[in-house]
Amino acid sequence: MKNKAEVVIIGGGVVGCAISYELAKRGVKDIVLLERKYLTSGATGRCGAGVRQQWGTEMNLKLSIGSVKRFETLREELGYEKDIEFIQTGYFMPAYTEKQVEQFKKNIELQKKFGLKVEFLTPQDSKNVVPIVNTNGLLGATFYDKDGHCNPFHVTYAYSEAAKRLGVEINIFTEVVGIKTDGYTVKSVLTNKGKIDCDIIVNAAGGWSQIIGQMAGVKIPTYSERHQIFVTEPIEPLFRPMVMSFYHNFYTQQEPNGAILMGFGDPTEPKDFNQGHTYKFLENVTTRVIEVLPPLGKARLLRQWSGLYNMSPDKTPIIGEAPELKNFYMACGFSGHGFMISPMTSTLIAQMICGEELSIPEVKTKLDLGRFDRGELFVEPSVV
Amino acid sequence: MNREEEGKITVCRCSDVTLKEIRDLIRKGYTTLDEIKRLSRAGMGQCEGKTCRTLIMQEIAKATGKTMEEIDVPTFRPPIVTVPLKLIVEESKNEK
Repeated sequence: MKNKAEVVIIGGGVVGCAISYELAKRGVKDIVLLERKYLTSGATGRCGAGVRQQWGTEMNLKLSIGSVKRFETLREELGYEKDIEFIQTGYFMPAYTEKQVEQFKKNIELQKKFGLKVEFLTPQDSKNVVPIVNTNGLLGATFYDKDGHCNPFHVTYAYSEAAKRLGVEINIFTEVVGIKTDGYTVKSVLTNKGKIDCDIIVNAAGGWSQIIGQMAGVKIPTYSERHQIFVTEPIEPLFRPMVMSFYHNFYTQQEPNGAILMGFGDPTEPKDFNQGHTYKFLENVTTRVIEVLPPLGKARLLRQWSGLYNMSPDKTPIIGEAPELKNFYMACGFSGHGFMISPMTSTLIAQMICGEELSIPEVKTKLDLGRFDRGELFVEPSVV
Repeated sequence: MNREEEGKITVCRCSDVTLKEIRDLIRKGYTTLDEIKRLSRAGMGQCEGKTCRTLIMQEIAKATGKTMEEIDVPTFRPPIVTVPLKLIVEESKNEK
């Protein structure tokens, strides 16, 4: 392991790996990435893999639309030998209250301005998109056929292998145990395998970002929260889009191989680092999903697992340099949506570090850490 | 054994992963069961790795010189055998 680097990136999930690639691509030398376990061992490798563009704010629309553009050609750009499995089968978002209908219609107006042809479907039309949907209580749904999903493992390894070819040093099973600063700027990173002096640190530690912040003396108001998920045995094709219900707090999708993924956001989940699994979750999610999509009752549960959402107070990411510590950059607090916007996040962080003009200039003043102290919370109406 | 022969041996029957694919990943430097599982899907199929886990561990042991005991295994997750989702729903109603 090097003992000196220009940039040290903490975290070997998709965000950290993508940042290492974007920096190396821009000619930054001496980049070291540190991962406490193996690449994708955190939230990246446990996520639902959805890629959604149906958002309710300009910021999230820009982040997600820009990311989808990159996913479309990422494999070629990174020269990856396997398919990253980016499949656009759409997101179907049912509405069960008048308030949701109103919000969805408002979102569609904004989404149209960004060129997204999102449809508002009547319950009857919903049947054409998701034939197995139960229309009881359904008031309508939005559908966008260019949303989809992508393989988080392959995307991460595509970035990390491309980064390695550009000279990035990736150290797995290397845990950060401390950060040295002079109170003004970062000085070095201490790991279980030794010290690395560095000019810049990027905190891409996902569920552990707040702990990395503490080590650097930077208070990051993120917290971690377990989200559980399961997969079934493959069954015959029953529906194509991701079905995501804000009303029930679930998302479900049938993968290309026929297996069905189901996840549920439990509002009673405590703030901690637990990555275990519970039977209660199985009851919570199956009763809700099967009410909406009854034929899925015949699918057989294969495996359940969980991962950590790194939540920020306004459920929106923190992207940028710390106000009180120079050269300490953060890409964290993704609140369950880090994978889908990782191509844009990594580009923005690399642009900031390299002093380039940002693809989304307002990120600097709207997604920075300082917004919490200024009381300028970012409000996104469309989150689970 | 040459590469062609390795390609004819199936290690993970659920996800159709051959010995060649496993050894290629190990040759590329992916020497943990977790990485190999994520990159090849070996062990993610219907038997949940009951067949391939030990075989892949043996390959890792051979390549790295580690003993079987030294090789980390992915988290074991429920269920042990697959269960229809509607049974979970019914059971939850019965409890209430």
